[in-house]
Amino acid sequence: MAAAGPISRRDLCLLLGTVGAAVLTSHAGARIIPKHVPWYPGHASPPRAFDGARFFTNDERRCIDALTARLIPTDETGPGAREAGVVDFIDNQLAGFYGRGDRWYMQGPFAKGTDEQGYQSHHPPAQLYRAAISALDDHCRKTFDGKVFAELSEQDQDAIVKQLDDGKLALSDVPAETFFKILQENSIEGFFCDPVYGGNRDMVGWRLVGFPGARYDYRDFLDHNGAAISIEPVGLRGRPAWNPE
Amino acid sequence: MARKLPPVDVVLVGFGWTGAIMAQELTDAGLEVLAIERGAWRDTPTHFPTTSAPDELRWYWRKEMFQDNARDTLTFRNNRSQTALPMRRWGSFLPGEGVGGAGVHWNGQTWRFLPSDFEAASHNSERYGPLPDGMTVQDYGVTYDELEPHFDRFEKLCGISGKAGNLKGRIQEGGNPFEGWRSADYPNPPMHMTFSQRQFEKAAQDLGLHPFPGPSANMSRAYVNPLGCQLAPCTYCGFCEKYGCGNYSKASAQTTILPVLMKKPNFTLKTHNEVLRVKLDNTGRRATGVIHVDVNGEEYEQPADLVILCAYQISNTRLMMLSGVGEIYNPVTGEGLVGKNYCYQVMSGADVFFDDKFTNEFVGAGALGMCVDEYNGDNFDHSGLGFIGGGYIACWTTNARPIESQPTPSGTPAWGSAWKKAVAANFLKSTSVGAHGSSMAYATNHLDLDPTYKDAYGRPLMRMTYDFTPNDLTMSAYLTERVREIAERMGGREIKVNRRTTPYNSMPYQTTHNTGGTIMGTTPKNSVVNRYLQSWDVSNLFVMGANVFPQNAGYNPTGTVAALAYWSAEAIRSQYLRSPGPLVQA
Repeated sequence: MAAAGPISRRDLCLLLGTVGAAVLTSHAGARIIPKHVPWYPGHASPPRAFDGARFFTNDERRCIDALTARLIPTDETGPGAREAGVVDFIDNQLAGFYGRGDRWYMQGPFAKGTDEQGYQSHHPPAQLYRAAISALDDHCRKTFDGKVFAELSEQDQDAIVKQLDDGKLALSDVPAETFFKILQENSIEGFFCDPVYGGNRDMVGWRLVGFPGARYDYRDFLDHNGAAISIEPVGLRGRPAWNPE
Repeated sequence: MARKLPPVDVVLVGFGWTGAIMAQELTDAGLEVLAIERGAWRDTPTHFPTTSAPDELRWYWRKEMFQDNARDTLTFRNNRSQTALPMRRWGSFLPGEGVGGAGVHWNGQTWRFLPSDFEAASHNSERYGPLPDGMTVQDYGVTYDELEPHFDRFEKLCGISGKAGNLKGRIQEGGNPFEGWRSADYPNPPMHMTFSQRQFEKAAQDLGLHPFPGPSANMSRAYVNPLGCQLAPCTYCGFCEKYGCGNYSKASAQTTILPVLMKKPNFTLKTHNEVLRVKLDNTGRRATGVIHVDVNGEEYEQPADLVILCAYQISNTRLMMLSGVGEIYNPVTGEGLVGKNYCYQVMSGADVFFDDKFTNEFVGAGALGMCVDEYNGDNFDHSGLGFIGGGYIACWTTNARPIESQPTPSGTPAWGSAWKKAVAANFLKSTSVGAHGSSMAYATNHLDLDPTYKDAYGRPLMRMTYDFTPNDLTMSAYLTERVREIAERMGGREIKVNRRTTPYNSMPYQTTHNTGGTIMGTTPKNSVVNRYLQSWDVSNLFVMGANVFPQNAGYNPTGTVAALAYWSAEAIRSQYLRSPGPLVQA
């Protein structure tokens, strides 16, 4: 939901005049807008940028760092999840409204549901991660001589990820497939989102695929006729080259 | 106890496309109009300017553009043997919230349904024999000819970019030869096509088809609409559907009506107020107004002579149920009409991958596309095919937004180095061809109130029971083969066909084209509203939206939703206001 604009002095007067003081005590939400197009100078609705807040413990962070590095590896194609800061992105997202499920319908009762019914865990995303990481590391300790996921070889890690992807790894009472779907989704978000959110650092995701980013005018390129277009990507905050050293 | 407010002539519930159209029309008629919107005020310069509009994570993935489904969602199941569970986050469709409604985040593909779509039951049964058992397709009760001037009005309001195919019965080269007759060409020329559209066009022509530019509410040039609102040329930024346009280049209530409407002395908008129900008098035959609640939980009674529901399809239908207007449809007994004939659309397609050509689909627009209409509606002979309906086939280049779109060839794993390599290799070198399949009503697909789950105000959530039907799956399989034939000829290295299979999955995004629930028709025995969108039961209650469609056609619905709103507004102005009461005798 877009943030509500502020109430101007003019609106306040109108509010008083029309519906009385009851509404005045409310926050800037409920508004009556007669006879004008509301606009206020200097007001914008900025994105909720990366703010450094963290949800994960250090051990949880290591696990997700290792997992996302297998999903989007650093390899001959170029930088991967690690260089993009995917774990920072996910950590910050889970520390905020997304992790809390503030914008999801989270009222019970909860039931497993069918695949067609989507996410039905009683955990909001952050708690699902916590429970899944704990169960995954428990499983690894039992199977790999006391080692947690982050300590395994890349080959062993890939084998575990494949089991998760195939729905063949049970994580005690955690819905493993639901967790894996969310992890995949969040990894892709962290790799390709605007850098303002802490992922896609230095626009490595966009550079990998050739996406020019938060531009809004491509009219000069309409007649590309199948040829490559070479333009530097740019984010909502511009790009590093624009900033003085 | 709700506090009673001074009466108004008209109260509109919801303030998106149909709310803005109704408000403009009825204030012009001199009425005092109040619109009540549960979401926020939203406008281009503050809420989605070019400096914050192109943001995939925020608007789509974190759903900031859409209805807050922590407060209100719906429950879903494929069939009655299952227990419906809440859609805990949006998936297959994306209802809007806030001023402008879902019309802020649409693509702008602006079609007219075919003349035969409005008479689907009589037309198809006459040509092919009785409809199959369980299919509950009906005629709209209004004809294309009656709606034509209203389609035309909406196209001029929006500044639709396109090419006429049928001007007053004469077929026009380069347009859609299958469309219904139109009284005038589109107000703006077609969009500027790119490489992918040219490949599609050639392939379609090789097959003997008639490709034409898709009708677009993205501006092909600067435009001043009949109200004096100015729209700017589209910049092909690739952030239309799921996003607000930062550039005043996409028709919406904000860009085409609000600059004029908001200044009128007889119009008032109330935001962040949710209508809980329509209030009826003790006969149940007359609406006295609405009950609404503000963000503090303060309840108000807003009296009005005329109540018009202008919210999204799901909300309009639920408000009818919560207000006790009409009887809720029961699929076991077949009784009741509210919630009947819920329909959707059946989307399928194919990706085309090129080796040495760049499609550069980040250069895109919501309604930048070439289309063919040979396989839509009854534009082709369905004898022996086992289905009715169809859909248009198009190569739209709406975007290449990388969180959402990483097309990879068949056999590519979903993660790891092989995935990453395939995404890097194909991101700029692929396009897609899509089939926009219709959805025919069946007795088993319906809406009612959920027995368990509640919204933020304690009201039952809407419950959806839906699956793809035999007719629609056969139709989709047929269309997808036609898609394949075109895609194979577009000069790519390989294609990947994406078929639509049962069961319907409520999570992957498909289309926000939900229809039915308060269907229109010819008698109170088969419909909730009459041909003027007036409630049969409560004559001072009108219901806008795709919820009045008896079934869904193979086109994007906004053009038809808007034409029906203009048609209804004209009936209110020219007939109802002179003599309030039923416009059609039951």
